[in-house]
Amino acid sequence: MDKLEQIRADFPILQQTVNEEPLVYLDNAATAQRPTPVLERVCQFYQTDNANVHRGVHTLAQRATTAYETARQKVQHFLHAAAPEEIIFTRGCTEALNLVAATYGRTHLQAGDEIVISVAEHHSNLIPWQQLAHQTGARLRYIGLTATGELDLAAAQQLINDHTKLVAVAHATNVLGTINPVQQLAALAHAHGAVIVVDGAQAVPHMPVDVQALDADFYAFSGHKLMAPTGIGVLYGKAALLADMPPYQYGGEMISAVHQQTSTWAAAPYKFEAGTPNIAGAIGLGAAIDYLQTIGMTQIAAHEQQLVAQALPALLQIEGLTVYGPHDPTKHTGVIAFNLAGLHPHDLATALDMEGIAVRAGHHCAQPLMEYLGVSATARASFYLYNTAAEAAALVAAVQKAKEFFHLGTGEIK
Amino acid sequence: MGLEKLNNLYREVILDHAQHPHHKGPLAQATQQISLNNPTCGDVINLQIQLDAADRIQAIGFTGDGCTISQASASMMTTAVTGKTKEEALALAKTFSDLAIGKKHAAADIAALGDAQVLTNIMEFPARIKCATLAWWALQRALLQESDED
Repeated sequence: MDKLEQIRADFPILQQTVNEEPLVYLDNAATAQRPTPVLERVCQFYQTDNANVHRGVHTLAQRATTAYETARQKVQHFLHAAAPEEIIFTRGCTEALNLVAATYGRTHLQAGDEIVISVAEHHSNLIPWQQLAHQTGARLRYIGLTATGELDLAAAQQLINDHTKLVAVAHATNVLGTINPVQQLAALAHAHGAVIVVDGAQAVPHMPVDVQALDADFYAFSGHKLMAPTGIGVLYGKAALLADMPPYQYGGEMISAVHQQTSTWAAAPYKFEAGTPNIAGAIGLGAAIDYLQTIGMTQIAAHEQQLVAQALPALLQIEGLTVYGPHDPTKHTGVIAFNLAGLHPHDLATALDMEGIAVRAGHHCAQPLMEYLGVSATARASFYLYNTAAEAAALVAAVQKAKEFFHLGTGEIK
Repeated sequence: MGLEKLNNLYREVILDHAQHPHHKGPLAQATQQISLNNPTCGDVINLQIQLDAADRIQAIGFTGDGCTISQASASMMTTAVTGKTKEEALALAKTFSDLAIGKKHAAADIAALGDAQVLTNIMEFPARIKCATLAWWALQRALLQESDED
């Protein structure tokens, strides 16, 4: 991107040294950094408009409510949802997925039904369905991967049948860096009367998303991965489905009327937003969306694509280095998971940290995928819009250097 | 800074233990055993101990996998406690765990850890403390459980 220096100036946290080296932040799939406009918006809300929402008649309460509901509309337009009532604010992507399992799942699934997910899911899009299966007697089935680490659509066509009630997949995977064919999976699910739940945590921050074009029934994401504060996330649900679902939690804000023995519920989205919500978080999310849109989601995706096209082949040049997922950069998001033969990823990550480079090492909350790949852990570098070609090159050089430090000549530990 | 500081962590003796671990492998006649994992990273240790009638560690073995630090630590730990009584071994485990979180101990306590004392500088690398302490936690848990022999 031509404005890269200008963009980097918006992120004070990036202007520091770590272990006496310039910080190279490549752990964006875990959480992104926040630009000054987002931090200022949150600060300004607390300094000038703070009040509780939907409760007061006074001026600050109206301002806070307007700001909160404006944020909801920003999310609606960002996801191309049909109406703001389809946008529920949650604590994060995890809570959004748990909400679907606890409300839609508990009221629509029963023994003999089937839930279909992929083996590459993050734990937050796996355990809610695993436990829902235990609770309802439904069967949890897994779509495997092709040899290149992509979702096996042919296997999905076999697995999704008339017993299937719910399909849940990531839009973009958090380890393999693949983009799943959500549109085709949605069509498959719908053809058999099932709903599709999409975990968009690794997609929404990095590419244009249109929930109506995807025909997703539910779509979840976290704010903090797209530069908003932590503790705010979103569940999109089709209005007709939300109308039919029981509340998730009970308390203030989610009711229509309460009597001593009975209560009735507010309409969506408020039915699912019990208690005082993360007002400042939602407003921060709105500011983050504004920030991303001034740059453009298509441009962001293209920038990350460029960095991957540079880093992925260069990493693959290192003898003894394995990249998990497709080796074709055009099939990759900005997430690259890799290992050096003979060296545990934790040791590699510590070595990279000494060079100022932040990567993740571990199972990335995807233990069934690790088992499937036959590894206990991997290193993972993940790019975002503020990363530079020089940083991608620094990663490759540091991996090479770490390999030499641990005396790995040919991939065999000496 | 670069990788020079890494030498503080990956000393020669640590790399030696990781590459040629002592006491790696299962025991035929274990009286105690435990499997522990580090849920944040997926490291696993299966530790087996054979205590004699006097509660002395006659044999000890570990399997599992993990990073250089966790493997070296398991090798050093098993070497340090072989032949020790249960009480002596638990005292060593306490010394190690204390040092790893910055508590002080007498020089004689530290010397009793043998090679394992070099890993007590893991404090310089806070993210790696758990890698070094996993084997010692496993030792404590295994020794404090009831004997497997009825």
